[in-house]
Amino acid sequence: MAKVLLIAEHDGTKLNAGTAKVLACCADLGAEGVDVLVSGADGAGLDGVCAQAAALAGVSRVLRNADARNAAPLAAILAPQIADLAAGYGYVLGPSTTFGKDLLPRVAALLGAPALSDIMKVLGPRSFERPIYAGNAILTVSVPDGAPVVGTVRVASYKAVGEQAPAPVEAVSSSAELPGHTRFVELRAGSRDRPDLQSANKVVSGGRGVGSSENFRLIFELADKLGAAAGASRAAVDAGFVPNDMQVGQTGKVVAPELYIAVGISGAIQHLAGIKDAGTIVAVNKDADAPIFEVADIGLVADLFEAVPALVKALP
Amino acid sequence: MKVLVGVKRVVDYNVRIRVKPDGSGVLTDGVKMSMNPFDEIAVEEAIRLRERGHATELVAVSIGPLAVQEQLRTALAMGMDRAIHVESATALQPLEAAQVFCALAQQEQADIVLLGKQAIDDDSGQTGQMTAALWGRPQATYASVIEINGSTARVTREVDAGLEVIEVDLPAVFTSDLRLNEPRYVKLPEMMKAKKKPMDVKPAAELLGSNVPRLELGTVRPPPARGAGIKVKTVEELVTELQGRGLI
Repeated sequence: MAKVLLIAEHDGTKLNAGTAKVLACCADLGAEGVDVLVSGADGAGLDGVCAQAAALAGVSRVLRNADARNAAPLAAILAPQIADLAAGYGYVLGPSTTFGKDLLPRVAALLGAPALSDIMKVLGPRSFERPIYAGNAILTVSVPDGAPVVGTVRVASYKAVGEQAPAPVEAVSSSAELPGHTRFVELRAGSRDRPDLQSANKVVSGGRGVGSSENFRLIFELADKLGAAAGASRAAVDAGFVPNDMQVGQTGKVVAPELYIAVGISGAIQHLAGIKDAGTIVAVNKDADAPIFEVADIGLVADLFEAVPALVKALP
Repeated sequence: MKVLVGVKRVVDYNVRIRVKPDGSGVLTDGVKMSMNPFDEIAVEEAIRLRERGHATELVAVSIGPLAVQEQLRTALAMGMDRAIHVESATALQPLEAAQVFCALAQQEQADIVLLGKQAIDDDSGQTGQMTAALWGRPQATYASVIEINGSTARVTREVDAGLEVIEVDLPAVFTSDLRLNEPRYVKLPEMMKAKKKPMDVKPAAELLGSNVPRLELGTVRPPPARGAGIKVKTVEELVTELQGRGLI
């Protein structure tokens, strides 16, 4: 039995929801204990994050790693500290967010260990399943004996754990030498108008069928009525209707919302790869033979220019 | 300023992949192969770094069997100056690939190593970060804007919370996100010219450092199939169905 070092993500005051999902994966590992490492600048914000982490079910200890240089979550600064503090742990895990994906491979390389990306299922203490080809195939991967298990846990695959009586919080520090070659400048928060595509519970996407940039207001109206994020197919992006940060698909963003509504999207393979983990897929398309209907849970064969305004009106 | 760009040969993103019946992998025989789309963005960015007056030499690198030279030729046709084919009969894992890129970065005295944020076959998304770690240099992953100012670079990164801007000292490793640029199309005359550009071949064994533990890759299975869906005839029926499932 080995212990887990779980790398917490936070914004200085609030613990990221991914931590509670990684803990669900840790529960499946049957590990001896889970220590959550919270790194940040000293202060009340860090105390608050530590308290939030301590209250999550399955946490043995919270390790409070205060250092002014940890104010921003830079992989180049955090990785040497984590590699140093990881001695004695069998697992070093984090969430498969951009934070975790940026950081954990760097930690793994410093430890001389391979890394696992997007653990979606635990098969045994050293054996896991992870998606490849944008989830179109599932690969079984084992970490050889002697190497620590380092990787990210796919947050869409796990439900957050509940709460417990607070675990103890202990101060830790690392003697690793920290580089000065990487400096944080600023964080420009994303648009607050709509939820983020990758964390939204609902997503409405438009395709080439929407026809123009102006017509995309139909997609935005429907998204706003539902409180959903707005996305687009690669075809709509390539046609210049919307910017490419809205692209959903194998080369864009892979999403896993509870509800995905595809409007005027024919269902190219690369788009389907990006939405296949959605809970319920709804397709609205006037072409009854569009491949999107092969994966849709609910299909409506209709002209989107009539159906979408009617849907906006009919929604509660 | 020298820029090394990683180019991986992968199954084309337009191909519907199929898992082999025996679970030993994914069918690739007779399947269209292409440059990993995020690497194509990296190649384009290297060319733009030269167009903006920063880069002077652009080197494309690919690891794999002889066939990867096809993707290297594409990179040369796009505008890279020369290519290095790192010959390996077996697929290298990210930590090994990182050893190769780190060794080449040192040999070539590269100022920038530019890679895609992930390959669309194994979706690991690790090689850039691991290269930076082994090289002991900065990393800026998920880059959507790269601005060079002398010996430093200011990089805008696409993170979950929005856009993060960091400044790094060169040399450094960058990985490209979708928004960084739109790759140019290659015209036939450029494809012809690319045949004359230099291509070095080096065995991977020469560049691999210490033996590192390898993940044991087991079987591959298809994901569970989605259950059959239903069709509704009207918007009202759709709303009723969504309400019945507790989705609205």
